[in-house]
Amino acid sequence: MRAKPRSGLLSGHAWSLSIWLVSGAIVAYTFIFGGYLSSVIAFALIYAVFVSGLNIFMGLTAQVSFGQSAFAAIGGYVSAILTTTYEWSVLPAMLVGLLGALVVAFVIGFPTLRLKGHYLSMATLAIGLIAYEIAVEWQSVTQGYTGISGIPPLGIGGFEAVSDRQILATLSIIVLIVAFGIMRIRHSRLGRAFAAIAGSEEAASTLGINVRYYKLLSFLLSAALASISGSLFVHVVGYVSPEVFGLHMVILAFTMIYIGGLGTVSGPIIGALVVSLLPEIFSRLHDSQDLAFGIALIVILVYAPKGLAGLAQALDARRAR
Amino acid sequence: MTMADGARQSVPVLQVQGLCARYGHVEALKSAELSVSDGELVAVLGPNGAGKSTLMRAIMGLIPNEGEVRFMGKTLPRRDPETAAATGVVLVPEGRGIFGPMTVMENLELGAYRVGRDRTEMQRRFDRVFTLFPRLKERLKQLAGSMSGGEQQMLAIGRALMSDPKVLLLDEPALGLAPRVTGEILETLGRLSLTGLPVILVEQKAPQALKLACRAYLLSLGRIVATIDPREVQSHDELAKYYFA
Repeated sequence: MRAKPRSGLLSGHAWSLSIWLVSGAIVAYTFIFGGYLSSVIAFALIYAVFVSGLNIFMGLTAQVSFGQSAFAAIGGYVSAILTTTYEWSVLPAMLVGLLGALVVAFVIGFPTLRLKGHYLSMATLAIGLIAYEIAVEWQSVTQGYTGISGIPPLGIGGFEAVSDRQILATLSIIVLIVAFGIMRIRHSRLGRAFAAIAGSEEAASTLGINVRYYKLLSFLLSAALASISGSLFVHVVGYVSPEVFGLHMVILAFTMIYIGGLGTVSGPIIGALVVSLLPEIFSRLHDSQDLAFGIALIVILVYAPKGLAGLAQALDARRAR
Repeated sequence: MTMADGARQSVPVLQVQGLCARYGHVEALKSAELSVSDGELVAVLGPNGAGKSTLMRAIMGLIPNEGEVRFMGKTLPRRDPETAAATGVVLVPEGRGIFGPMTVMENLELGAYRVGRDRTEMQRRFDRVFTLFPRLKERLKQLAGSMSGGEQQMLAIGRALMSDPKVLLLDEPALGLAPRVTGEILETLGRLSLTGLPVILVEQKAPQALKLACRAYLLSLGRIVATIDPREVQSHDELAKYYFA
């Protein structure tokens, strides 16, 4: 017989709500008080978009990609080149970057997504490394390590996000739209197909679910958000160079997704905020800063193996037992 | 004339001809031939490693294969389980293949994935499953992974039925289950075949499978070595003769 849930300190729903409230409070604090933290939170919000994309592919569909930085690079560089060299306005430049990333993701994903597990991971890692090398070597277009500067700020029509508050408000709205979209996907027929593939590709195919099609779709959605995050980055910072989209980006994104909670909607957001803020919190420790950061990550993963947002599900499951 | 006798005279719904499959250099299935018609429950028997699961996976197109699988007169594509499922050939895999982190309801909905938004059709399929397995209706919101082995097997069969199969393949549905639950599951399969649904049942527990089946195929080392008429097998000794022949 199914056990009755015991009343605990915090129900799963209350915990989920707390995650959203804490995330909102962090952004609101920096919005009100400004300062150096505004830049940290702005980068965290851009990463939240990138990690949300990764979450579609890794969390909802249970595939692993180390190459999403390639699509962020495509979005970022296309935006940067079109707005600086050709003086396009920001939105069309971002859209062309998005289209470019989707085309490349389709061309790469179509043959690559036949692979499974470690083979797929390695193939996608190669994509990220190739994109990095192209950004370094194709100097006539990307200007190599020198990078491209003077990229105009985010804006649409007559509005330009120049001040810290404008940037934070714009990024927060984008993050909320992305989170809403992912929430809708999770509860849709598409989300159920992703979940079935995550459970077992073979079982999904025996139910008539076209595994290759949905894996490709998941990859494209993930690439689209990576491209948008790349474009957001270059327009917020005003500068782009290959290092921005290196392996460091992927490692940071993986840390954020696991700290936040794989497969959850709020996980990428809280993960991006926490992982971005922890080094700032430990900055007074000087030499021991990295050590403290590492210990904090380990403690979170030991006590919340499904991430901070996933703790709610873990609480519910434990009570149901 | 029994239903099984009548069915035996009808045109096969699923016909397997010269089906072969290999794992690397190992020939796991050698030119298998079998068929099932409306209302028939046929059993595939054999010891461990005989190739029973390989046969099911080859029919579904889950593994590379040679030969032909004809469904309602048309040849199924060789490596396309989605198409096989979409046309009505549905497999309940060994180990059940249920989605543990999802609820019973979500698992069942996935079975009817191709129905889309047709709520009437969806409800009809739910009703059919709940009639056969009322326990699933009581546990709709329970996580599938937290159910007992028997309940998980009911869910796996229920999910397959949500696809509205024209032929149901079951790979060792009684594996690891208590005798009472095994009896319950097999009895339900018998009732299902009486509704006209053709069933291919892979089973190691030969005596129980033969009670339900109108015909059984005995597999050994990847080859169908005998076709057994259950009425001719009255004792364990007679069954043993087939196994040791």
